[in-house]
Amino acid sequence: MNTVQFGLDTFGDVPTRDDGEVMSYPEAIRQVVDEAVVADELGVDVIALGEHHRPEYAVSSPDTVLAGIAGKTSRIRLGSGVTVLSSDDPVRVFQRFATVDALSNGRAEVILGRGSFTESFPLFGYDLADYDVLFDEKIALFAELLTEKPVTWSGTTRAALDNADVFPKTANGLATWVGVGGSPQSVIRTAQYGLPLMLAIIGGQPERFLPYMDLYRRAADQLGTTAHPIGVHSPGFVADTDEEAAEIVWPHMKVIRDRIGALRGWPPIQRHEFQAEIEHGSQYIGSPETVARKIAKTVSSLGVGRFDLIYTSGTVPASARLRNVELYGSKVLPMVKDILADSTNGTVAA
Amino acid sequence: MSGAMAKRLTIGILGSGKVGTVLARLALAAGHRVLISGSGDPAKIRLIVGVLAPGAEAVWSAEAARDADIVVLALPLGKLESVPVAELDGKVVVDAMNYWWEVDGIREDLTDPRVSTSERVQAFLPGSRVVKAFNHMGYHDLDEGPRPVGAVDRKAIAVAGDDAEAVASVSRLVDDLGFAVVSAGSLRDSIRLEPHAEAFGANEDAGTLADMMARFDETERGRAVAAARGADASV
Repeated sequence: MNTVQFGLDTFGDVPTRDDGEVMSYPEAIRQVVDEAVVADELGVDVIALGEHHRPEYAVSSPDTVLAGIAGKTSRIRLGSGVTVLSSDDPVRVFQRFATVDALSNGRAEVILGRGSFTESFPLFGYDLADYDVLFDEKIALFAELLTEKPVTWSGTTRAALDNADVFPKTANGLATWVGVGGSPQSVIRTAQYGLPLMLAIIGGQPERFLPYMDLYRRAADQLGTTAHPIGVHSPGFVADTDEEAAEIVWPHMKVIRDRIGALRGWPPIQRHEFQAEIEHGSQYIGSPETVARKIAKTVSSLGVGRFDLIYTSGTVPASARLRNVELYGSKVLPMVKDILADSTNGTVAA
Repeated sequence: MSGAMAKRLTIGILGSGKVGTVLARLALAAGHRVLISGSGDPAKIRLIVGVLAPGAEAVWSAEAARDADIVVLALPLGKLESVPVAELDGKVVVDAMNYWWEVDGIREDLTDPRVSTSERVQAFLPGSRVVKAFNHMGYHDLDEGPRPVGAVDRKAIAVAGDDAEAVASVSRLVDDLGFAVVSAGSLRDSIRLEPHAEAFGANEDAGTLADMMARFDETERGRAVAAARGADASV
């Protein structure tokens, strides 16, 4: 029986304190570390930190925060979600995560992605017009680096490497996923490198992604690579009751959603749209029972091997966020595992 | 999806990404023949098409354009220059595209409030009859949205164009695919469906969508467009 892995993901959203003041960035980073410690104690399998370069988010260097978490935890896996590979140097990404892997006794993992935000491009001197070629070339190089043997590589987006050996080596290899939002080409590229697929399902019915999962498996089959268990990550929030959870999240998520939406030309989100996402879309918001039922439904209907909850949403107060992490680890996950065990008589599909 | 048996058309879809594959599925479900192309050799998209739009035929874009009754542009707007202009001559062309700076790069010509992006597409395809449709609804809403005529929760797609016959053809296709049609005026008016307009992203019934477009002039974006257009009557 394959065990489904359950994670918590955050971009390090800067929360408010109980007095209503917005936290400083150093406080916001330490808040994430505190949450990771609680998640570790409660048996959450993985915490993944997503790289962002906007004022609403404190985590721009996930690996540095993960290194901090490594020293305070013992079991939880430490991931990025995602590392914006297009605007980073694959060699440095490998080195940094190999270092976290050493500090955490082999618990590091990286999720490579193109990112749903683009602030890193001008910040690091990349042209958005090169969006595709940057990712194409860099993931090809990263796949070479994962062999941990000397690499010879040349391309247009980085200096060539001639039999370059990269250090440190890891003890058992660096776990690497590719995060994909819904581009079919990205799904095929992930299969091409034989890497596990992490689908970001942030709106609509999760079952809509079944064809993408089929595409991944069939592409791997055709290309002769390995199709790994697929992961999904979706936003949510757990509080003591359904009503409380929605009321806590709504005003904070609306502010950040509307601010980021305005950059893309989306009109402000309406409450009925938010409610629709909770009821039959991809917002896992509610009491432990509600969220557990919804996660179990997604896990079993999609047959995924990993589910991560994006547990932060803008300036949601730090105390409510910590409670969310506690409820997720102590109540939601045991319930999800019970539901899955009952519904499958103890055999979860691979 | 409409009550009467619709005529079987050949729909050409240029673009095999999120939007293109969803529209291909909807057109197939409505009983149409679908030709779909990617950015080059159809061999590159055969697997995607086989899994995400089984029944559609992966072809070169020139072939999709030449053999189709209606051609849908579902590629990044920034790649408009790659479409087969000659083969699109005389065709009804559906512009389902939006300017998306994160993919298309920063383009001042595509953000000029005086000119809608569909007018730009029409100018690039002078021999085609361009109709704006399907751009305002997110691809997952499109995917989940089709309903038969008369369903209480039928969602609407806004259709805009300068050629009445082409607009009528595309309106029938929209209805066929499972959506109500809301008339959105001319290509110039289609700026009311673009990013920054209230209707952009709309997954609403016909009345609500019509109301959104009707109040465009009173919105911040509407006033900005009116001011820019008023200040320069030459465009």
